[in-house]
Amino acid sequence: MMEHDNSVVAKANHPVIITRNATKEPKSIQWILISIVLLFLTLFLVVPLIAIFVKAFEKGAEAYFAAIAHPDAVAAIKLTLIVVLITLPLNAIFGVVAAWTITKYDFKGKNFLITLIDLPFSVSPVIAGLIFVLLFGLHGTLGPLLQSLDIKVIFSIPGIVIASIFITFPFIARELIPLMQSQGTSEEEASLTLGAGGFKTFWYVTLPNIKWGLLYGIILCNARIIGEFGAVSVVSGHIRGMTNTMPLHIEILYNEYQFSAAFAVASLMSIFAIITLIIKSFIEWKTDFKSTKAR
Amino acid sequence: MSIIIENVTKYYGSYQALRNIDLEIKSGELVALLGPSGSGKTSLLRIIAGLEQAENGKILFNEENYTHKHVKDRNVGFVFQHYALFRNMTIFDNIAYGLKVRPRKTRPSKEVIEEKVTELLQLVKLEGYKDRYPSQLSGGQRQRVALARALAVEPNVLLLDEPFGALDAKVRKELRRWLRRLHDEFNVTSVFVTHDQEEAMDVADRVVIMNEGKIEQIGTPEEVYDHPENPFVYDFLGSVNLFKGNVHKGKLVTGNVEMNAPGSEDGAGTGYVRAHNFIIEREPAEKDSIASIVDHIHTIGPIVRIEVIRQDTNEPLEIELTKEQYLNLEISKEERVFVRPKELKVFVDFMAGI
Amino acid sequence: MNIVTEGKQTKKRTIPGFGLTMGFTLLYLTIIVMIPLSMVFLNTFSMGFQDFWATITEPRVLASYKLSFLTALTASFVNAVFGVLIAWVLTRYEFPGKRIIDGLVDLPFALPTAVAGITLTTLYSPNGWIGQFFSFKVAFTPAGIIIALIFIGLPFVVRMVQPVLENIEKGMEEASASLGANRMQTFIKIIFPELIPAILTGFALSFARALGEYGSVVFIAGNMPFKTEISPLIIMTKLEQYDYEGATAVAAVMLIITFIILFTINILQWWTGKRYSGK
Repeated sequence: MMEHDNSVVAKANHPVIITRNATKEPKSIQWILISIVLLFLTLFLVVPLIAIFVKAFEKGAEAYFAAIAHPDAVAAIKLTLIVVLITLPLNAIFGVVAAWTITKYDFKGKNFLITLIDLPFSVSPVIAGLIFVLLFGLHGTLGPLLQSLDIKVIFSIPGIVIASIFITFPFIARELIPLMQSQGTSEEEASLTLGAGGFKTFWYVTLPNIKWGLLYGIILCNARIIGEFGAVSVVSGHIRGMTNTMPLHIEILYNEYQFSAAFAVASLMSIFAIITLIIKSFIEWKTDFKSTKAR
Repeated sequence: MSIIIENVTKYYGSYQALRNIDLEIKSGELVALLGPSGSGKTSLLRIIAGLEQAENGKILFNEENYTHKHVKDRNVGFVFQHYALFRNMTIFDNIAYGLKVRPRKTRPSKEVIEEKVTELLQLVKLEGYKDRYPSQLSGGQRQRVALARALAVEPNVLLLDEPFGALDAKVRKELRRWLRRLHDEFNVTSVFVTHDQEEAMDVADRVVIMNEGKIEQIGTPEEVYDHPENPFVYDFLGSVNLFKGNVHKGKLVTGNVEMNAPGSEDGAGTGYVRAHNFIIEREPAEKDSIASIVDHIHTIGPIVRIEVIRQDTNEPLEIELTKEQYLNLEISKEERVFVRPKELKVFVDFMAGI
Repeated sequence: MNIVTEGKQTKKRTIPGFGLTMGFTLLYLTIIVMIPLSMVFLNTFSMGFQDFWATITEPRVLASYKLSFLTALTASFVNAVFGVLIAWVLTRYEFPGKRIIDGLVDLPFALPTAVAGITLTTLYSPNGWIGQFFSFKVAFTPAGIIIALIFIGLPFVVRMVQPVLENIEKGMEEASASLGANRMQTFIKIIFPELIPAILTGFALSFARALGEYGSVVFIAGNMPFKTEISPLIIMTKLEQYDYEGATAVAAVMLIITFIILFTINILQWWTGKRYSGK
């Protein structure tokens, strides 16, 4: 009834423009806007994605697999995996603990803490690399000490790991904070009244409630660790077969005009990016589904 | 288990939520904390549970000092306002939780837990629902799960925060009765918070009326309703009519009527009369008959609510009659009638400044 | 009866573990963020103001600031406009493949920047798939830098605006229509003002990211001093020449700009929070 009345009023004022639904644009405008968006996204996202695979196979499948199986490429893939295996668990633990601290307790300076956690999102990757060179490098603050202990951080794996930690530690905390904020603390309180301690409460109540958000953050964090270029580039020293991660390996191949090989490794990383997006969409679908059911 | 609350004070920042609360709850009693929002009733309940700490004062369970005991060691059953069921667990696991998280030494065996949960599911009439998740239940069903979960740990005391607040009127009434029966059966000391006076009156053995962090009155439902100790309680429980005036030698003079107020001190005072404590007559009977004009008549089921306007002060009065009384009177709108209070309570000076 | 002065009492927290989790969080942040970042400022202070000023006002450095700033600004602006449009189309309209497009919007977050860099360079080089249609050079010019920065900043505004658009009360739009406004008026007067904080936050995030971006830009820029050399690349170059002081000075200036942007975002969020709670 109401809607009908509205359109009558509207009709009286604007006899020409009104379509059936007062809060929708005419079909023609809809299609123009959709077309612009599709064109823009095709140009910026779809075409580059296709180009990666076309360029990768330009010299045939044999050259493609040869590029991927090259010892340097294999070493780069291994190194990237090692970095992920160290960085991801550390950042996952940090993300959960930081989100728990921020959402389950009241304290002064909470906003400052959140800003501090967000900081690496906005700091240039090159600067992220630089700060660790200044700290651990040969001429850095801790350089002489590390040298006397014969520990190599910069131009070595520890440097790559620590720069990756810096760049990617906000991802998981950032996903969990809003989620845990919206869930509140009443389930934890209920658990405590039923006699459970802090750890049991976290394990049986909090963790299952945030598992999808945690997975979501881990997926995004993982993608960024694998793909990080600027910071790793500064601290790695580009030692082929030793401190080259996959993105650095791509850079070297590209700069040596081995385009097909560069795109072959790039295509491998792109497949990974696509898988990341699929898992991410799946989680979104899954949690959306859950939350509508809860209502 | 008895609960003694001694001189409890609570602040939130600079806001004082509770002011020197003293309260004794006897073992096996069902007590309602009743008050408007912001009266401190939920804070008091959470302090009893150990979910919040008082700045000052003591909490004793069975005369043992529990003030600094952590919530997880108090063995209280707490039913949260929005139930706080564990959304990731089935109904069965929700109810079993309190038993499963016990330290290995005191944890019952799997069979005992299952037996106990099944028993509780029967009690709350949700036998067929044990494998469902909280999101698949209605509000009333969730409420019952929350209660079963709290009862599973055989709590010393049962604490309920606005237990029926989020339910619709019909389910609410049913659950209210059911809670009363349950309490009589288990005989566990219970405290519940509500802002609904009808709910408190209907269920509780004793009602604690709170306002602005203080206890205004404690008593059985009859006591607090029939003998309010102060204007706030009068006002809060049921509709009431106010007569502002002056007390002189045991009489309250308001407008051009005089009402008997034996024992009241002289000075500015206000008379309180409940809506159902009036007699309506066609002729003036005494000095306290108030000449009025009938303004509105609403029939609400068996009760008829009549609004009249005092002719001396032009103030409205609200009067409730039974349908029978109303039919016998045969009054209609715009008619002139005389209204006489059957029961009057005068509080001196309270409204003088207002 | 003793009167308690509030604040003096240590407030006990009901949920256990505050000391442990807070301690861990602060320790991690101190080791990973605070100490390393403070290195930039410590090293800057130790170099003396004159050297510092001389380094950051070198014409080549100044040119890089200008280039980084302008290209980041242009790209973020393009992303703000298209971001709103993409968010609008994705929340309001139905069309085949919508779910896939929605998922694809995050590609720039998932795809390594180096991969994006070499791909865009190949596409926009003079004889590339797209570059051949332009009468002027795109790759190896500021235009190429802007293209790369549009790519990496694309999701920010979309993802900020999308939830706001989803939550706008339909009743407001219906009310506007019932009062005689057409769709354009309803959008400008009712919907757009609701989106402003989200757009600005998305813009600021995308701008901060674009300012510091290295991986995708370094391939397409051509890296010619004074022409296509961005600030992060200057830092990189100075580092390769073992000019740590110079690199640090340039980094300090960029960090300060970053802090200003973050501060702005916080104010925006505070403003949004206030606006919503005021309702």
